[in-house]
Amino acid sequence: MTEINPQSPQDVCDAIADAKRDGVRLEIRGGGSKSLIGAPREARTLGMSAMAGVVDYDPAELVLTVGAGTPLAQIEQLVASERQMLAFEPFDHGPVFGQAAGKATIGGVIAAGVAGSGRVTAGSARDHLLGFTAVSGRGETFVAGGKVVKNVTGFDLSKLVTSSWGRLAAITELTLKVLPKPRTSVTLGIDGLDCSNSCAAMAQAFGSNAEVSAAARHHDGATIFRLTGFEPSIAARLVMLPKVLEAFGTMIALDPDQADIFWRETGAGLALKGDVLWCIHVPPRQAANVIARLEPFSPHWSLDWGGARIWMSLDSGEAPVRGAAEAAGGHAMLIRAPLSMRQAIPVQHPRLAGVAALEARVRRAFDPDCIFETGRFLGEEVAHAD
Amino acid sequence: MSIAMPIPDASTLKKRATIIAAMREIVAFDNVIDDIDALRPYESDGLTAYRQPPMLVVLPETVEQVSAVLRWCHREAVRVVPRGSGTSLSGGALPLADAVLLGLGKFKKIIEVDYEERIAVVQPGVTNLAITQAVEGRGFYYAPDPSSQIACSIGGNVAENSGGVHCLKYGLTTNNVLGVELVLMDGEIVRLGGRHLDPAGLDLLGVVVGSEGLLGVVTEVTVRILPKPQTARAILLGFPDAERAGACVAQVIAEGIIPAGMEMMDKPAIHAAEAFVNVGYPLDVGALLIVEVDGPAAECDHLVAEIDRIAGENDAVTRRVSNNDQERLSFWAGRKAAFPAVGRLAPDYYCMDGTIPRRRLPEVLSRMEQLSEEYGLAVANVFHAGDGNLHPLILYDANKPGELAKAEEFGNDILRLCVEVGGVLTGEHGVGVEKRDLMPEMYNEIDLEHQHRLKSAFDPLLLLNPGKVFPQLHRCAEMGRVHVHGGQHRFPEIPRF
Repeated sequence: MTEINPQSPQDVCDAIADAKRDGVRLEIRGGGSKSLIGAPREARTLGMSAMAGVVDYDPAELVLTVGAGTPLAQIEQLVASERQMLAFEPFDHGPVFGQAAGKATIGGVIAAGVAGSGRVTAGSARDHLLGFTAVSGRGETFVAGGKVVKNVTGFDLSKLVTSSWGRLAAITELTLKVLPKPRTSVTLGIDGLDCSNSCAAMAQAFGSNAEVSAAARHHDGATIFRLTGFEPSIAARLVMLPKVLEAFGTMIALDPDQADIFWRETGAGLALKGDVLWCIHVPPRQAANVIARLEPFSPHWSLDWGGARIWMSLDSGEAPVRGAAEAAGGHAMLIRAPLSMRQAIPVQHPRLAGVAALEARVRRAFDPDCIFETGRFLGEEVAHAD
Repeated sequence: MSIAMPIPDASTLKKRATIIAAMREIVAFDNVIDDIDALRPYESDGLTAYRQPPMLVVLPETVEQVSAVLRWCHREAVRVVPRGSGTSLSGGALPLADAVLLGLGKFKKIIEVDYEERIAVVQPGVTNLAITQAVEGRGFYYAPDPSSQIACSIGGNVAENSGGVHCLKYGLTTNNVLGVELVLMDGEIVRLGGRHLDPAGLDLLGVVVGSEGLLGVVTEVTVRILPKPQTARAILLGFPDAERAGACVAQVIAEGIIPAGMEMMDKPAIHAAEAFVNVGYPLDVGALLIVEVDGPAAECDHLVAEIDRIAGENDAVTRRVSNNDQERLSFWAGRKAAFPAVGRLAPDYYCMDGTIPRRRLPEVLSRMEQLSEEYGLAVANVFHAGDGNLHPLILYDANKPGELAKAEEFGNDILRLCVEVGGVLTGEHGVGVEKRDLMPEMYNEIDLEHQHRLKSAFDPLLLLNPGKVFPQLHRCAEMGRVHVHGGQHRFPEIPRF
């Protein structure tokens, strides 16, 4: 199908009106780095890349307003120039699909709720979106939230639109909270911990005064801990952390380049061989159970968020991943899979009936005509629930 | 009471006896309060300008009872107002004459604490402080700390997305809640979020937090608990004027420091506080900053030295660093007593809660001074300086004819000013009934319609907490707000800052 490239929110409104008139669905697309997630769809593409640019950036206010189509890389470069960062550490999905990085846009990152290893202590994408302008499926432009870091005026639609995957509204502009980039970062590792001990060590670290900002287990077997902050604080915590984790083994400081590779890979589920990649969310204590249960299917896996996020790759689609996630009180999202599997298995873990119905009503509140229901999420469209 | 609430439904009022009987089928006899005198204590929340005894109070003890109450009310089209501890400063729990007031006060259990996963699962009636008290023995705490934390309930915190002086570093309630059990108006029980981090689908939890009781009734909350920082130190800084204090705040953040708390007071607030608690605040300064840092001792030592240096570079004339907890608490004593201290300067005061971009502070303060002259009413300012959340306290005397109305109009002008400079109507107190009619200052009709449709997706008959958050078409000219008369709070034992 065709692609439309709006230059303004009004163009987005027009595109929605046109789609409605023509009886076609619209897929909102930023850079397309996540386009291989989900089932193939029959839709007209609404390319947001022209809705780009920095609207306002005041580092001392910790607030950044940008067009949704602005490349993530450009934003990261901009905030880094002021020694700041997006503390939820979003990543580019391109490399997950064997493509080059650089296509991801900030709108796409927010729409998919993408967060990296710092999520446990710094929060996720939803915790850093302060406000936005968008066009809903009704073809109406609306704003929500604000442009200051503290605001409770009205419903917190910023949370709702984050990770809504373009099924409520096309975001055109967004305001993010930015934070200072830690002046120093050191990574320590312990080798050879099995999944269960690795999670126990990470839990102990997060529960201690050593204030680790991230903890993960690389697929090669190293359990890694990140300390960030000012130099004198790091120096103190470098003494503290090995004592806290004494029972788990010897800690060694990682070479910074090696550490960067480890964090990039565990933060984005990279370097895991296998056609099928799942992202499994569980209470951290359950990670070992999930992995034990799926062991017969020879998974490759890494842990992030202290075990609360499992990246798992498999050679085939037969493993009962969803059952294992559910038994652990969590859920599993299908990130990468061959076409046949994507046509049959929904990306998102099916919800219980009550929540599914509520979600459908919320989606229809924003998109009554199912303009944004492209079939990507399989069988979740309910037109006019009200 | 002088604010327009939804017109009581005559048929509901007529069947009051039937409703009472039905409720007593669901909950224990004594857990339905219908005696007129016994209903009085429920007639308002922390926003005492508005009073309305509820039609009746129902105090369920289990989620099944909450569900049954709501299902019955839904079927019979009876309105319901949920209530936690009733400490809202924006009238979020203001009853309606034709509504069941659903009190969650009997949900007082801490269900589980899991130190390994650093979470606590609690019932909504547990107070904010009780969570910290339950886990502090093991060196943990619950971070959001609204000033009313000894009394306010966690269910109310979820409804209002409560903040506190430490939210710049540790976030609001929304950033510290992992899951809830929620009962919808039709009685359906759903779980949103849980012990894991990301939702499987839409982040409904994110929009339930801060929804002011309009979307559902929370019956269980899973919160994140944190290891208590090893050390905390504070630094007290006096500046010739607010401009230089603001520049200091901006530089602290620009140099990469996010303090645990950063509070500013203007001259009238400093003088009022010092006269009240006598903690040695400098009286010759135009603005006072209290900055607190926490973490390992080495980090605190480093940061107070840095902040002290930055303050010097911004012409601070007073610089005192706390060397022990007693000193630290003395720095805070004046700030924490600021509201009652200001309350001694006039018979009444009215507390506002807008947020502005910090860079606009000097301009906002000077325009506030102009307004103060125009209205002939004094104003004292306390300010969560890190995040731009202003609490102007307007002084007036309700016994003087017309002064109350003037104070309210002054307050409206301040909030309009906040929005005009790029800020918002409320930083932490919520919209409630207090600011609902100012919502059009910030959002146009289409924006509000999008919010309202979300409400309808949760509660299509609009039975849950009507008259709050959204502007009402037929508003009265006179509106009342957080007014304090003669220092008499509704909850005098709760600190407010």
